[in-house]
Amino acid sequence: MSVVRVRNLERHFTRKGVLNGVDLDIAEGEFVALLGRSGSGKSTLLRALAGLDHEARGSGLIEVPDDLAVVFQDARLLPWKTVLDNVVFGLDGPDAATRARTALAEVELNGREASWPYELSGGEQQRVALARALVREPRLLLADEPFGALDALTKIRMHTLLRHLSAIHRPAVLLVTHDVEEAIALAGRVIVLDHGKVAHEERIILPDDGEERAVRSLEIRKKLLVQLGVETTS
Amino acid sequence: MTAQRLSPPPALRYGWLAGPLFLLAYWAAASAVGLIDNRILPSPWVAISTGADLVRDGRLPINLLISLLRAAEGFVLGAVVGIALALLSGLSRAGDYFVDGIAQVKRAVPAVALIPFFILWFGVDEGMKIMVIAIGAFTPVYLHTHTALRAIDIRYVELAETLRIGYWRFVRHIVLPGALPGMMLGLRFGVMAALLGLVVVEEVNATSGIGYMIDLARTYAQSDIMLVGLVTYVVIGVIADQTLLRIERKVLSWRRTLVA
Ligand SMILES: Nc1ncnc2c1ncn2[C@@H]1O[C@H](COP(=O)(O)OP(=O)(O)OP(=O)(O)O)[C@@H](O)[C@H]1O
Ligand SMILES: [Mg+2]
Repeated sequence: MSVVRVRNLERHFTRKGVLNGVDLDIAEGEFVALLGRSGSGKSTLLRALAGLDHEARGSGLIEVPDDLAVVFQDARLLPWKTVLDNVVFGLDGPDAATRARTALAEVELNGREASWPYELSGGEQQRVALARALVREPRLLLADEPFGALDALTKIRMHTLLRHLSAIHRPAVLLVTHDVEEAIALAGRVIVLDHGKVAHEERIILPDDGEERAVRSLEIRKKLLVQLGVETTS
Repeated sequence: MTAQRLSPPPALRYGWLAGPLFLLAYWAAASAVGLIDNRILPSPWVAISTGADLVRDGRLPINLLISLLRAAEGFVLGAVVGIALALLSGLSRAGDYFVDGIAQVKRAVPAVALIPFFILWFGVDEGMKIMVIAIGAFTPVYLHTHTALRAIDIRYVELAETLRIGYWRFVRHIVLPGALPGMMLGLRFGVMAALLGLVVVEEVNATSGIGYMIDLARTYAQSDIMLVGLVTYVVIGVIADQTLLRIERKVLSWRRTLVA
């Protein structure tokens, strides 16, 4: 059963179409990465799914679950709320604070509950944002370049964390990224957006054996880079 | 190599007293050597002894109390109406069209210019005085609060939409706290405007208050009493501003600012 169903989605801002008939299905618990050149409409698609595109015009069918959560490129924590209150915000029920504490512990931020957002590093802030999204147990997690502003090392830690957490909570994930390695490392399926359509799809099935795995990764990487219009000679 | 620090170093607790203390020292020295004529500006020690006399015979405390009440009543009235109308126009389009136009026109008219009309409508008594102070405080409180409410960061609006919170929760947790810094700024300007209004109405027509004390002393050329009155105004202003600054630091402790 699919969690997301998109059919013939069109979106335009001025005259030029940004999305010209996108079809997309995401199954329960599936991790999908969305690649595409800058300006190819990745954010536009994600914002359409999140219901945030009030200013865009267009047509098409979008079916998404009500319980979806969004992680933005900036952590987008409310500066006037403590870390804990940022995670609690929007939760209901008497156990909201307890659940928020658990979520913070999952992103390894226990002990920072009472901090103000400005007291956290960029990576820590993004982990709070992740906790805020996952504490709601969403069926769909939408993320638009959530690690785009982080340094390479922090990024790798975040990948491990996200892989671990999505294995526990099993939301369907749509991750927008322009980092091919990130897409291969995290996703079960990669789709490439070009000229307003899904131009390419790639299932990521990597063998367990380390060496074979690395070889296969490289092959996929090459293929995706070609799809993205980047010539590689290596 | 460390980068050159561009923000000023942290402020000393009582550092702001340096300027005033310097002026005071200059004034005392100039009076002592006769550089300042006593009839024009009495020396600090004359002012202090006159002040003590005025406190002892009860004139200063009673007039101070009356002035303080006047300013406080006017300020609270102006601030409450200012915040209420700013909420009305900041949160709804209809309110915006209706209220904000009027407020923008009002902004172009200084409160003191309305005094003749206020005398016509409210008489020359307490009511008129409080109204002048209130309208003076209203303008900055309204303008700053309204601007802050309208300038809510679109990123937080989007966040609220994805969290599926209702409108009033959005207002309470995002719009209002986001507008709080602007509102606090408006309140500080409002206090200053209220004190300006106080000075003006007490000099125009009063039978009590610090301004009245000053005006009466002027007719008898008692420059020391005039000076005590003036200093009292200054003290009121500084205390009022410092109080608001303290409240501001407390409610806005989540902000990282230059002065911290
Ligand atoms: N609010 C808007 N108003 C007008 N045009 C817009 C708006 N948002 C996006 N566009 C246009 O739509 C196109 C696709 O933008 P989008 O942000 O979806 O690209 P993207 O694939 O996310 O790019 P990037 O990788 O750089 O983030 C761009 O040409 C952009 O200029
Ligand atoms: Mg984008």
